[in-house]
Amino acid sequence: MINAGIVTVSYIAATVLFILALGGLSNQESARRGNWFGIAGMAIALLATVFGVVTQHYVTLIVALLIGGSIGLLLARRVQMTQMPELVAILHSLVGLAAVTVGFASFMDPSAHFVGVELTIHDIETYLGILIGAVTFSGSVIAFGKLSGRIGGKPLTLPGRHWFNLALLLGAIWFGREFVLQSAAGAGMTPLIIMTVIALVFGVHMVMAIGGADMPVVVSMLNSYSGWAASATGFMLSNDLLIVTGALVGSSGAILSYIMCRAMNRKFFAVIAGGFGTGGGSVAGSGDVDGEIVAIDAQETAALLANAKEVMIIPGYGMAVAQAQHIVYELMSALRNNGVNVRFGIHPVAGRMPGHMNVLLAEAKVPYDIVFEMDEVNDDFPNVDVSVVIGANDIVNPSAQEEPDSPIAGMPVLEVWKGKTTIVLKRSMATGYAGVQNPLFFKENTRMLFGDAKDSLDAVFKSL
Amino acid sequence: MRIGVPREIHAGERRVATTPDVAIELMKMGFSVAVESGAGAGASFSDAAFEQAGCEIIASSEELWSRSDLILKVRAPEPVEAVLLKENQTLISFLWPAQNPDLLKQLTESGATVMAMDSVPRISRAQKMDALSSMANIAGYRAVVEAAQHFGRFFTGQITAAGKVPPAKVLVIGAGVAGLAAIGAAKSMGAIVRSFDTRPEVKEQVESMDAEFLMLDFADEDGSGEGGYAKVMSDEFIKAEMALFAEQARDVDIIITTALIPGKPAPRLITADMVASMHDGSVIADLAAEQGGNCELTEADQVVVRDGVSIIGYTDLPSRLATQSSQLYGTNLRHLVTELSPEKNGEIVVDMEDEVIRGVTVCKDGATTWPPPPPKLSAAPPKVEPAPAPVKVEKKPSIAATIIATAVGALALLGLGAVAPPSFMAHFTVFVLACFVGYMVIWNVTPALHTPLMSVTNAISSIIVIGALLQISSADKVIMWIAAFTVLITSINIAGGFAVTRRMLDMFRK
Repeated sequence: MINAGIVTVSYIAATVLFILALGGLSNQESARRGNWFGIAGMAIALLATVFGVVTQHYVTLIVALLIGGSIGLLLARRVQMTQMPELVAILHSLVGLAAVTVGFASFMDPSAHFVGVELTIHDIETYLGILIGAVTFSGSVIAFGKLSGRIGGKPLTLPGRHWFNLALLLGAIWFGREFVLQSAAGAGMTPLIIMTVIALVFGVHMVMAIGGADMPVVVSMLNSYSGWAASATGFMLSNDLLIVTGALVGSSGAILSYIMCRAMNRKFFAVIAGGFGTGGGSVAGSGDVDGEIVAIDAQETAALLANAKEVMIIPGYGMAVAQAQHIVYELMSALRNNGVNVRFGIHPVAGRMPGHMNVLLAEAKVPYDIVFEMDEVNDDFPNVDVSVVIGANDIVNPSAQEEPDSPIAGMPVLEVWKGKTTIVLKRSMATGYAGVQNPLFFKENTRMLFGDAKDSLDAVFKSL
Repeated sequence: MRIGVPREIHAGERRVATTPDVAIELMKMGFSVAVESGAGAGASFSDAAFEQAGCEIIASSEELWSRSDLILKVRAPEPVEAVLLKENQTLISFLWPAQNPDLLKQLTESGATVMAMDSVPRISRAQKMDALSSMANIAGYRAVVEAAQHFGRFFTGQITAAGKVPPAKVLVIGAGVAGLAAIGAAKSMGAIVRSFDTRPEVKEQVESMDAEFLMLDFADEDGSGEGGYAKVMSDEFIKAEMALFAEQARDVDIIITTALIPGKPAPRLITADMVASMHDGSVIADLAAEQGGNCELTEADQVVVRDGVSIIGYTDLPSRLATQSSQLYGTNLRHLVTELSPEKNGEIVVDMEDEVIRGVTVCKDGATTWPPPPPKLSAAPPKVEPAPAPVKVEKKPSIAATIIATAVGALALLGLGAVAPPSFMAHFTVFVLACFVGYMVIWNVTPALHTPLMSVTNAISSIIVIGALLQISSADKVIMWIAAFTVLITSINIAGGFAVTRRMLDMFRK
């Protein structure tokens, strides 16, 4: 057994290692090392706790660790890169669930003795930890269902849903007060359970009301919540390691949510309130678009690409759905071998999770130094000969800049229409997530290549 | 249905209304195609090439006219041809109904359906059928080639062993389709190109081709008329314009004029004095020669030399590039036939509800249908009155709100500090500091790694396992099992999170 001082020092070491792990992600080179820092931090924290605090039930502990660890490794190995958002969501739910169970166990623990203000504060901490944990848990489960297609992606907009949310919030506050009062008298389990149910319902309802393309915000928001849940648990247990780690994760998720919202030019609360464009704005924008759709076939596309000097590929969620990233890579290498400068332009909210497209392209071995952020390439479009838009819609919609009353007005978009030719791969003429017609498709220099992205690109690759 | 393509009999006309490639496309739509013998000779398409494409070659024009249902031509029919047109036949060609009222009357009386390629409405959907633009493009290019032939120097500047050659200076007046084509051709031959147009909105197009756009400082006057064409300008404007041309004429070597106003004689832009002020050996190519010429001294269909300046007044520039013109014109016709035959069954339907078909059809069933009602859409949207200055609702975060928020926050913290025990405040300090560290660190994360960031934060947020480890040694069995369960699920998270992060990061390769 090691003494408490050494446990504390180990926790400090773990904290520093976690910060280094996040810092390492500032570029691709140091990121791998950063991940090892994270693993080391976790190992130090676990070992210190196991040898410094745990006194019995080692067998149960080790069995649980081994089973959980193997399941985790198996999941990590088997998951498809296109399913990353689902995996992240379901892992978030586990953190939420853990916060709930730790909270309940802590409340039931007879060995804790608090009195007066300390008891009240401890109760509030417990209560908050369970509340945030439960919301994270049920919200993540629903997000998982939506991302994996088990639940429809359409936002569920109940009538009076804002009142419903308000009622849930007031209920949670009321039962919180009850809990603190009863807890002083040695009871309190009932309000705690009722509040947990309320929190679960709130989590379900909140995520149900959010549509598919707002998922990047939801996933990063849940990421943030899982951090705050850990932090609240840390307060409850008076454990600084949990507080610090939770705060790191919480602010990370919050920043990601902010970046995603900014990339869609939407207010965070508007996203969370759910339902796109139902806030009273005109949904249709100006529906009539002047111009004509010009279709193109794979051979013509191949000819256009082969004769281009600068090609920009803009992937969207459609690429992930069609699993087209590998053929995109083949196409890219063929073109690069012919001296065509192929680059990728990534919109911050492309896909269902922050950085989703980057991971898919990395999986397909696309070198990351030709994958650029929107702001890095947006000025280059006038020099681009051919832009290929793969399964994206709203992120290349010119009405965001041209129509002030469009629902997506002001959202930063990739200005593909400034290039010489744009080829849009699309399954049909359906509108994007925002339900806005896309004038890009009707521009004179736009060609539409209809069909499944993978099949179309296969055909293009063959004709090349 | 049978498509007939006669030989053009107008003197000097070398174009043909279809090419073997286009004929193949027409046959794919179910038509049969007959071509008069020698029709493509002027444009370098031999009878053999047409035959190989699957066309029937007919020796006599009378036979061709009598046996065809749909006749495709370039020029308006000559009197000898017009009499051959019968009821139930359809003719598509250039017609210029405004300039040829007698011909229009004669064709109407024949009872046939006649479509004029010069009447294709100027809307986006009809661009692929717009033969005027195709021909103007060719004329612009050819004008530069003709000018180069009469110009005694290089277009491009060179430094040679024998000395320095200055680049030619070209002024293109009128930056429509022909003007832009001329700019492109002259620019690619290496000349210094300037361009003038009364419509300020073409400035961008001119500059996009790397030419210099000459502006007159007339803020209020915009020369854009209906349908994207130019209109007549005010006297003062014209005066300023003429002064500009006079100044330019003394400087440039080649002037290409393409200024036309629909339905009006071509504006006189280059006076005899300006021609006299040009260097000897300079060239003027006047694309408006047919409408009287932009230059005072232009003679239609001739090249004349006045004061040492060659003035080219050819009106048949597209015909002088017959292969290219035939190919583009044939394709324009094919697009129109495609519109006429939506079923692609080798039959045509003249749907007068369709804006494009309505626009081109000049007579049908013995009735004149020209001019068509004005098109619903013009190429450039009609000018909208500038909307009443939009009230900017840009919300500046008001200072009052910031102060209130800060005050409330400070009070809340003070309140917390007043009641909370010191142990809580110590943790709270750590918490606030950690939030700031997180904020600083996360902003440095590259957006490309946001997914690994989420999975790794997910893994480290499983540090909550510490809570379960603190509880697992409890003597209470229930608590012990709850803690064991928590350890189980968090270890899924720890192992899964780190492993999948590693897997992802390994994929990021240069």
